[in-house]
Amino acid sequence: MNIDELREHLCKEHPDLCPLFSIEFGDGVLLVDRGRLFDAAADLKELGFDRLGMVTAVDRDEEFELVYRLTSRAMSCGMFLKCRVPRENPRGRSLVPLWPAALWQEREVYDLFGIEFEGHPDLRRILLPEDWDGHPLRKDYADDRMIRRPDYI
Amino acid sequence: MALVDRIGAALDRTPGGIILTSVDAVVDWARGRSLWSMPMGTACCAMELIAASFAKFDFDRLGTFPRPDPRHTDVMVVAGTITRKMAPAVKRLYEQMPDPKWVIAMGNCAVSGGIFFYDSYSVVRGVDEFLPVDVYITGCPPRPESLQDAVLQLRELIATESIAPGVRRQRELLLPTSGDLSFGQRPGVVDEGESG
Repeated sequence: MNIDELREHLCKEHPDLCPLFSIEFGDGVLLVDRGRLFDAAADLKELGFDRLGMVTAVDRDEEFELVYRLTSRAMSCGMFLKCRVPRENPRGRSLVPLWPAALWQEREVYDLFGIEFEGHPDLRRILLPEDWDGHPLRKDYADDRMIRRPDYI
Repeated sequence: MALVDRIGAALDRTPGGIILTSVDAVVDWARGRSLWSMPMGTACCAMELIAASFAKFDFDRLGTFPRPDPRHTDVMVVAGTITRKMAPAVKRLYEQMPDPKWVIAMGNCAVSGGIFFYDSYSVVRGVDEFLPVDVYITGCPPRPESLQDAVLQLRELIATESIAPGVRRQRELLLPTSGDLSFGQRPGVVDEGESG
């Protein structure tokens, strides 16, 4: 199954997901809202995306965007599953029940962005020390020891 | 014969008690030529550190030999970015090394934080924030030849040390210092006005 066949299949089986689906650089991108995230991920796993390669997040000022990179051994295409969560209440849905590979990756996103994952069995910091204050990959992060890059560089 | 000649030459140059300087010369000679290194490779500079140990650059011929145990080593080569989480471990490994001990800061990250100087929440800006560094090598990463030069410079530094506490001997420097040259004149430059 290539990416066009995936789009046809998705539009036939899940018509509500069809307008959320796009193709960028040969890979499928599916942007769902927070409530649909787990079901959409389960559907994609049913379709054959059996490997979760990466979990990360993007700081888009008002909200955070969770990005899940899915690949398949059977298909020739990859998928980006995305989900926006508001900055005031950054709570996502853990995909550990589907792909155990999300266990440490979601801990890293929690560590550096402060996004909490509902249903994660062991959500604590993984890279930074336990007593660290704040989440340093947020764009508004600052602490006393950082030196800001001056404008002329 | 070469060793005896060198000790004799050292005795001729150095002032002070003749027995102490003789012992110093032997001790410094031995220390400077068997600098076993503690390879503190935390980032990409470690690749050059590894390359320096193998056949093409062959650090063993300088007497520098990597040992993974701090208790066997004389010089810690900090090769790579040190984060605030890693710094206590590096300091603890340094403290486990027996005296006398030296530190080479290899690469821009170990010298000053390098490209992580600005806007970084986790990187220590230079390993000299918590270790007494003897030789700095810049480069991102430095070539193995630079590390080789650092070992030779460290050897020069060790040659000034004495086993007497607080005593440091003078050494002839290979390059002239600023006091040796008058300002504006460079040696080896012929003045064109005089040649006519």
